[in-house]
Parts: sequence; structure tokens; C-alpha cells
Amino acid sequence: MPGSIRERVMSRGEARSRGAMRVGAALIALLALFAVAGPWFSPYSYRALDWRHLAVPPGLIASHWLGTDALGRDLYVRTLYGLRLSLVIGGLASAVSVLIGVSWGMLAGWAGGRIDAWMMRVVDVLYALPYLFIVLILTAMLGRGNLTVLLLAIGAVGWLTLARVVRAQTLSLKRREFIEAARATGLSPRQILWRHVLPNLAGTLVAYSTLLVPQMIVYESFLSFLGLGVEPPRASLGSLINAGARQMLTAPWLLLVPAVVLVVLLLAFNLLGDGLRDVFDPSGR
Amino acid sequence: MSSIPADGEPPVAPAALLSIEALRVCFGGPARAAAVADVSLAVHPGECLGVVGESGAGKSLTFLAALGLAPAGAAVSGRVRLGQTDLLAAPEAVLDRMRGGRVGFVFQDPMTSLTPHLTIGAQIAEPIVRHRALARRAARMRVLELLEQVRMPEPARRMRQYPHELSGGMRQRAMLAIALAGEPQLLIADEPTTALDVTLQAQILALLAHFKRERGMGLVLITHDFAAVAGVADRVAVMRAGQLIETGTVREVLKRPREPYTRELLSASAEPFAPNPAAPPGTSGAAPAVLAVDDLEVRFAQSVGGVRRRWFTALEAVSVTVAGGEALGVVGESGCGKSTLMRAALQLIRPHRGRVQWLGQDLLGLPARRIRRLRRDLQLVLQDPLASLDPQLSVEQLVGEPLQIHEPSLSSEARRVRVHAMLERVGLEPALYQRRAHELSGGQCQRVGIARAMILAPRLLVCDEPLSALDVRAQRQIRLLLAQLRRGQGTSLLFVSHDLSLVRHLCERALVLYLGRMVELAPTAQLFTRPLHPYTRELLEAIALADPDLQPARLAKVALGEPAAPLERPGGCAFRVRCAHATALCAERSPPWVSAGEGRWVACHHFRLWADGMLSP
Amino acid sequence: MLLLGSVVTGRPRRFGPRSRYTRAMLGYALRRMAGIVPVLFILLTVSFFVIRLAPGGPFAGGRALSARTHAELEQRYGLDRPLGAQYVAYLRALVHGDLGPSYSIRGESVGALIAAGLPVSATLGAAALGLALLAGLPLGLGAALRRDGLLDRGLAAFAALTLALPSFVTGPLLALGFGLWLRWLPVAGWQAGAARYLILPAVTLALPLAVAIARLMRASLLEVLNASYIRTARARGLGRARVLWRHALRPALVPVVSYLGPAATYLVTGSLVVETVFELPGTGRYLVQGAIDRDYPLVMGMVLVYGTLTLVANLGADLLHAWLDPRARHEPR
Repeated sequence: MPGSIRERVMSRGEARSRGAMRVGAALIALLALFAVAGPWFSPYSYRALDWRHLAVPPGLIASHWLGTDALGRDLYVRTLYGLRLSLVIGGLASAVSVLIGVSWGMLAGWAGGRIDAWMMRVVDVLYALPYLFIVLILTAMLGRGNLTVLLLAIGAVGWLTLARVVRAQTLSLKRREFIEAARATGLSPRQILWRHVLPNLAGTLVAYSTLLVPQMIVYESFLSFLGLGVEPPRASLGSLINAGARQMLTAPWLLLVPAVVLVVLLLAFNLLGDGLRDVFDPSGR
Repeated sequence: MSSIPADGEPPVAPAALLSIEALRVCFGGPARAAAVADVSLAVHPGECLGVVGESGAGKSLTFLAALGLAPAGAAVSGRVRLGQTDLLAAPEAVLDRMRGGRVGFVFQDPMTSLTPHLTIGAQIAEPIVRHRALARRAARMRVLELLEQVRMPEPARRMRQYPHELSGGMRQRAMLAIALAGEPQLLIADEPTTALDVTLQAQILALLAHFKRERGMGLVLITHDFAAVAGVADRVAVMRAGQLIETGTVREVLKRPREPYTRELLSASAEPFAPNPAAPPGTSGAAPAVLAVDDLEVRFAQSVGGVRRRWFTALEAVSVTVAGGEALGVVGESGCGKSTLMRAALQLIRPHRGRVQWLGQDLLGLPARRIRRLRRDLQLVLQDPLASLDPQLSVEQLVGEPLQIHEPSLSSEARRVRVHAMLERVGLEPALYQRRAHELSGGQCQRVGIARAMILAPRLLVCDEPLSALDVRAQRQIRLLLAQLRRGQGTSLLFVSHDLSLVRHLCERALVLYLGRMVELAPTAQLFTRPLHPYTRELLEAIALADPDLQPARLAKVALGEPAAPLERPGGCAFRVRCAHATALCAERSPPWVSAGEGRWVACHHFRLWADGMLSP
Repeated sequence: MLLLGSVVTGRPRRFGPRSRYTRAMLGYALRRMAGIVPVLFILLTVSFFVIRLAPGGPFAGGRALSARTHAELEQRYGLDRPLGAQYVAYLRALVHGDLGPSYSIRGESVGALIAAGLPVSATLGAAALGLALLAGLPLGLGAALRRDGLLDRGLAAFAALTLALPSFVTGPLLALGFGLWLRWLPVAGWQAGAARYLILPAVTLALPLAVAIARLMRASLLEVLNASYIRTARARGLGRARVLWRHALRPALVPVVSYLGPAATYLVTGSLVVETVFELPGTGRYLVQGAIDRDYPLVMGMVLVYGTLTLVANLGADLLHAWLDPRARHEPR
């Protein structure tokens, strides 16, 4: 009865989100391919100054496909370098977050009681603070332009949401009867965590880690935008947008090109992540 | 118009209250089978129509659709008349005037069916204000009156409470008060007793019968349980897969069913007082004990108001043994500590005090590793068959897991052979072995659960309400399976259930718990024929029989009031507040646990005085 | 309390919860408020030591100072004293409401800087939050009521796009479009009392928030409308509008209210960007600049302000939640 209509509605929604997912995955693959191979097609390096072509708009002039900045650096190559950096940082920082978040959340959820209360209190307090605030202070203090610091700082704040999700899921899994059945069968806690808890978390994990990547990319771009991320002559999408925003009156393409690339990148990851979440964890909206 | 088609009885007076003709409800296009297919029914004033069927039979949907409450996306056709009004053609505003006014609804699961952020007083007042246009002060008086009529304890206080602050029985009473608030001519009760304790089930049914008589209302009682219908209904309709299978008077359908399906359903709701078909010859107490629980006490910390903590004693001074090959039933209402006893005995929770001995070995001091090794002889089957299976694993993996843990040396081939043999024994076809739990029916899931528990050939099988989540027919099959497996392997059984008739069928002895204490322990045969404790008697009287000759009289004897709340345990004998035989002594001292001969034990000051010569159903 | 209520409204509160709820709520609120103080204290303490442990000092970088000037400056601000003594001195001054002098902005006290900048930042934050609620709630409501309708699908597409648009992208783009090309609104700057300067920054800040609120509202209302108690309410003969208003709306608001905590966090960090992009004289710039310049008192002042703000916002969200849902009233969190 009512089950059958829900089924129908779900399947329609699912078909749609599967389509979106495919588009997202294809876009990510395309962007990654471009980030790796794209610069070969241009004669310029990301730091070469072309004094004869300063602030050239996009076009075919001297192979500066997407124009140059005020110092004559090629925007096409610089944007692709920024994209590369965003992808690498997004991926690595997400990995750091997932590692911390999953261990923290699973431990808290499984231990329960006082340990859980204490561990979650830590997350609550960190959560209530503006996360970037911590990153800001860390990066400002420990040195700008240091990629390792940047990575650790971003990754160290990204785990909070994941820890909460994992903890809540572990907690509800722990209360499920099949875990009690496993205990009664004679499985040790470690066996239960590996055989029954983690596999049941896997879907959620995949979805949430995919959604974490665009967040991490935004953090990095945000820090670079504020001048706390990578330093020139290196480029990240955030620092390019910042530089572009300052010259948008005279050279709007310097803002528009990196902005569009960033938006497409984020959109692609969100599409993929949302789709995965709908498939694996329909409840976790 | 003959209101009841294909029905031997002469057409009843034409003034049907609600008449449904050729009702059809479909979801999603014509390709799909109709969820309700050409159902025709009628309800007359002062009459109770029982609608019986398994889950998914379309019985609730029929009446929801008739009153415009079918879920979105349903295509409804046919003709539905309430008095002179054609309901399917009526505009929403007319339907709104009917619903809650001329037609009241009682839904199952009152926890989720009451709005959580409104006090129950406010929710009862809504239909009064909406349909009877009473002033607020008068409405308030009316709410109080209604709460008194449904026998809500302390109505003035309850009125200001939220649903989550009430017990399940009180919530169902509040739900009934809401349904009655608009002075309906027709009451539709959708599984009103499902998920309630036996005593509460009887009380709610008795209340419904009482209002039907008192107010001359029409009543539709939708249920999966023939016994619920037997005491209240005048006529019965049986549904299966969206179709009406059989209709007739309650006596015709229950006593002389025409359809084989009806007969099957009826025989599945076992005769609780029939002689025990599965009793192995006298094992009670003779064999040495495998499991011995001594003076067990379990407490839970309760946080009240967030910070403050107090202890809630779930189980106190419980001592009982299970002999080799014996089946012991543990019965009582929800909150009586029966599941706690089972979990403490299995060392799934840590008791506060007392001893648990397994084959003479004390379990409480043992390190976790040793206990895990012992578990191969102590297996467990849980209540919810779907929830107790890991959704990620296939049937074969699930049943093979205990072997992997306890017999790791077994080759995967040998393991598969054992798994398949076990699955065959519980009656699962090979086609199902690679499926996951959500692709199985409830009964199949429970078979997997049993196979998983029995594959190690344990010496003791502990079951926590293993049948309560299943349909009647599946219940019967699983019950027979359990009895058969036990006979085959000589496994002892600790069977926890709220259903006395089940315990009667499966167990040689039964322990009755009330608010965490033992009140009676006896061989099941004697317990049923001559209960020594007034609480046991109350439980027995509350059992509904699928017999329209006996059940109305039994129901008429049921007290309508709410049993005492389990959290506030009174001093002395805890049962005295519900007991008709209580004296000053009962308030003063808690009764001792004494032997009454013939292997019987009881905790009642006065059992000798009143128990003799009482009660036969 | 109850008596007063009846005088004001002219009729007794009939089925209202008993006064013990009011008292329980009050106690809960007080307990939670008291809980803020230690968290704030820990936050201040950790920040105090972390920023001082970092390499470099307020007068180390930048212009080359002679060793004597450097020592003089350190002495003037007490930086030559042991760390513990500095900490005690800071706390003592803080209790008296003195946040200390700024090192990098000559002649200004941190208190005065915050007093000048905070009204701007607060106006921006309040405007953005108001805008987000005003747009997000009705949008989510409309999308849920007509599922898969035009509004619903439009919202889904718009939400996907907006979530991929961080404020440091939308800000410059809006400035480019409405400020430079269309010339409708000022590109940047601030003038107290002039709403024109507020519009673009507030919209930039509100956009992701509005979308998040709309999506939350839509999802939770859809879930609530599926609940059995909605069917019960319909079975009482209440019309759709009344069921929505009285039975569905309050529980549906719970997730939105819980989101207000994270929303405050977002507003704080978002305002850093928006204030930079639109060159607003708020407090946001002090955090970044103060940290880069090793202006210890300024950073501490900002930690205090923003820390208090987010903690209070989270508390407010919890209290609102308890008010909406009686089941949440007994348990903390």
C-alpha cells in the first residue's frame, strides 16, 4: 500500500539524481584531465612574464587563449595550475578529515557514556567556534604560503561534521538488534566494528567524503583569497579570484575565468556527492 | 440495494450508515495491481463490523480511501455513501465536516499518531470546537468529561500533558477521546490494540464495545486478529490482497468459515486453552540445571531533568533455573523486566547483584574472552526479525558467521555444506540463500535468525518475543519450527513473551514477572487451569479467544481502568494497587516467595484463600 | 506568570503546559548560559598562549627597528615579563573591561576599534540573517507544498548552483554586475544609515544562507507532512490550512532552528570576506590583519567578540528548539 507509492516516488527521484551524479563524475574527470594535461598545449609557464602582452583580453593574440594579467602572465596556464592545486588540496585535506572524523566518531559512538559525552563536547565546542577562525589563526601564526600547514589546518577542521555523522550512525547501529545478535553470537567488539559497523557506514562515508572535497576546496580558496594561502608567483583559484576582483574594472576576465572554473568544479563535486548521498543515505538529507 | 453481497443472510435494514460499493484504489498506473479491488461493504447504526486480514491486505486503505484520506497519488473509484452524502464526489470542505464529526478515527500506534507539540487536551478540544461549536469553557468541560469516559487516570492533569509524557495505554485512551469528541455516528478503529499489552488490549476492546452499546454508534474494527473481533463484532469481513474474501455474521465466519484462507487464519490463531500439543514427557525440574539465575538484580541509571540521576530497578531478587532440555517461559507486561532478565542471563548487560551460573560455572567473574567462547552454547533469537539481521550480508553469510567465529578451522566448503543443511532444516529454499534480509518476508527473516542461532547446536536457545512482529500465519509456522527443532536437538529454551498462549504451546514451565519481581512460577498446565496469583489470573482473563460464544462475556468482565504505572513501584506487594483481594498486610510487607507444592511457587500473602476453585475460562 | 498571561490576553490559557515547564525552561536557559563562561575562558586561554607561541613577535617583522627601540616597545607593552604574568595581567584588565591597546594601530585601544567596527558588522549580519529567513522560509514552504512543481524544481537547480558559489566569488561578481556595469548600486564603501551601501554585501552574505534554509524547510516539512499525526489531524476534520499552520509548521521548523547555530558561524566567517570585498569598515579585517601583524590584544579582542557571538547564537538556537518541541525540554542538547 503506501509503501508502493513511496517506492515509485523514490525511484523517480533516484533516476534523476543518478543522472546528475554521472554528469558530476564526468565533469570532475574532465577537469582533472585538463588540470594535468592542459598546460602542455600552451607555450607559457605559470610564472613567465610576457612584457609585450600586459593585461591582454582573451583571444588569439600570441597564444594567450584566456588573456594575461597586469604582469603579462598567461591566465590559461595559471588557472589550470590553480585548478591542480585545488584538486590536490581538496583531496588530501578530505583524506585527513575522513581519517580523523571516522576514528573519532566511531570511537565515541561505540564507547558511549562518559567517553562519548566528553568526545562530543570537544566537537561541540570546536563546532560552535567559527572553524575558519582557527584555521586563520593557525595559518597566520605558523607561516603563510606553507602548503603543509595549510593542508593540516584545513583538514583539521573539516572532520567535525563527519565525526558527528559517524558517531550518530554508530550509535544507532549499536542499538540495532543485529549488533546485539552479533554480540550474543560471540563476536568480539573489534570483530563487530569491522564486520558489522564499518560496512554499514561505508555508503554514508563515501557520500560525505565526496561532499567534503568541495568544502575543502572552498576553504583553501577562501584562505588564498584572504592572502593567507599560497603566495605569488604560485597561483590558486582563490588567489586568482582575489587578484581579479581588484582589477575587475579594467580587466574583468581576470575575475571571470578563475571564478567560472571554481564554480564548475564545486558544482561537479556537489552533484556527485548529493547523488551518492541520496543513494546511500536517503535519510541524511 | 442489498448492502452485503454474496451473503446468506437477508438484507439488513437499508439505512446503512456507511456503504461502500465497488471501491477500487490503485497506485501508479493501470499496470499495477489494485491495492483495493472492488470492495463492497456496509456498516449499520449500532453495529460493529470487524475487518480482518494480514498486513498489506488493504483493510485500512479501504476505509482511509472511503473518507478521502488515502495517501497522495492514489486513484480511488467506486461509490461511498455516508448517510445521504456521496463521499467520493463531495468537495473537501464537506469531507472535513464529516471527518471528526460524524466519523471518528482511532489509529494504531498513538505515539506517532498524536501531534507531539500539542497537549492532549488541546488535541481533544479541536474537534469539539470545530464540529460542535462550543465555547472554550464548555469545550474544556467536555474534554474533561471525555477523558473520564475513556477512563483516563487523573484527567485534569493528563489534559495538560504532551503525548510523550503518557504511557502507551493512556495515549490510546487519548486517541479514543479525540475520536469521540465530535459525537460520531461511526467510529473507525484501525488496529487499536496492536503493540499494547494483553491487559491493555482487553481494556481498549472493552471500552470500544462499551461505547458502541452506550452511544449506538456504528463501529469498524480493523485488525489482523480474529480474537479481537470475536468479543466486539457483529459481522466480520475477511480481506486478502485487496480483495474481500468472505463476509458474514461473526458466528458464521468464526465458527463455520467457508473460505480455506479464513480457515487457515483461524487455525493459526491458536486455541490458548487447548491441551499443549508440544509438551515432551515430564522434564520439568528432573534434569540438572543448565542455567541458574540466583537473586538477580538489575538497575538502570535514569536521567531526570538532564543532570540528576536516579536508579530504576528493572529486576529484583529473581532466582530461576532452566533444566537441560526444558523450555521455560517468562511472561509479563511490557516493562516487567522479562527482556532484562534474558539479557542479564546472557551477560549482554551487567547485573547489579546476584549470580548467573552456566553448567555450574559462575559467569559474572569471567573475562569477556571466556564468555565469548561460551556463547556458542547460548544462542539468541530476537524480536524484530528484519532488524536483527545485518542488512549488508546475504542469508548464507549470516548463517555462516557463527561457524566462522566458533569453528574457524572449518574450510569454507565444509561451512557451506553445514549452512545449507541448516537452511534446509528451517525450510528456506536455495533460491533465497544469496538474498539480503530486506528482500525476505518477516517469516523468512525469522527463519534465518533461527538458523543462525541453531547452527552451532547450542544447549540453550534464548528467544525474546520472536513471533510478535510476524503475521498470524508466519507465527504459527515459526512456532511449530521452534518446537520441532527443540525436540530434535534436546535444546533447552528460555522463551520471553507477553503472549501467554504462545508460552502455553511451547513451554513446560512459566515464570510470571510483575514490575521486576517474580510473582508466580508453575508448570504451564497448572498455571492455566489454576493460577495462584491474582496477577496471573488477570493476565489469563485478558487473553482474547477467537470464539464469539465465549469472548463477549469475557470482555464484559474486564475492568476498564488503567493499570498502575510501572515506574512508581508501590511499597509492600507491588500488585496490591490493582488487586481486588489486597489487605492491609499487602501494603505493609512484600509477600515472600513460597512453594505451593507440585513444583509451584508464588509470591502472594493470600493465595491459599482465594485461589481454590477459581477460574476456568 | 500564568496569571499575568491571562490578564494580558484576556482569557485563561486552557491547555497550556503547566508552569513547571516555564520554570524548567528558565532553569535550563540559566544553566546553559552559565555554561558559556567556562568555554569562553578556555577559548581565551588557549588563544592567548597559541598566538604567543608562534614564531615572530609584534615588533619583529616589518621595519627594521634598532635593538633599543625594540626593547623599549616590549617593555612598554609588558612583553618582557614572563608569560604567566602577562596572562594574569591580561585577565585582570579584562575583568575591568579593558581589552588593552592595539600594537599595530597606533594610539587606538582594542575596545575603541571594536566599538567603531562592530555596529557595521552587526548591521550586516542582522540584515543578511533577516533576508535569508524572509526569503528562505516561504520558498521552502512553497516548494514542499507543491512537490515537483515549478518552484520546487527551480529551487533545486538554484540551490545546486548557489552551493557552488562561495561568497568570495558572488561578492565580486555582484559588484561587477550591479556596481560597475549596471551602475545601480555602489561597488564598495560604507555610509552609516545609507541602505544602498548595505544591499550588495547583505545579499552576498544572505544568498547561501537563504538557499540552505529553504532546502531545510522543504525537506523537514515534507517529512512532517508524511507523519501519522498529520493524518490524525486531517481525520479530525481540520482543513488543510489549519493542519499546516497548527500541526505541521512547528515541528517542521525544528531543523531550521537547529541550523541557526551553524548559520551564525557561517555569518561570522562570511562577513570576513564580504567586508574585504566591499571595503566595509567592520571588525572582520582586524582578525586577519591582527593575526598577520602579531597584534596580540587585537586578536584576543576579536576572539572574544566572535566567540561570544557564536556561542550565544548556538544557545539561542537550542532554547528555540526547546520551545518548539516539548520533548527537547528535559534533556540538555
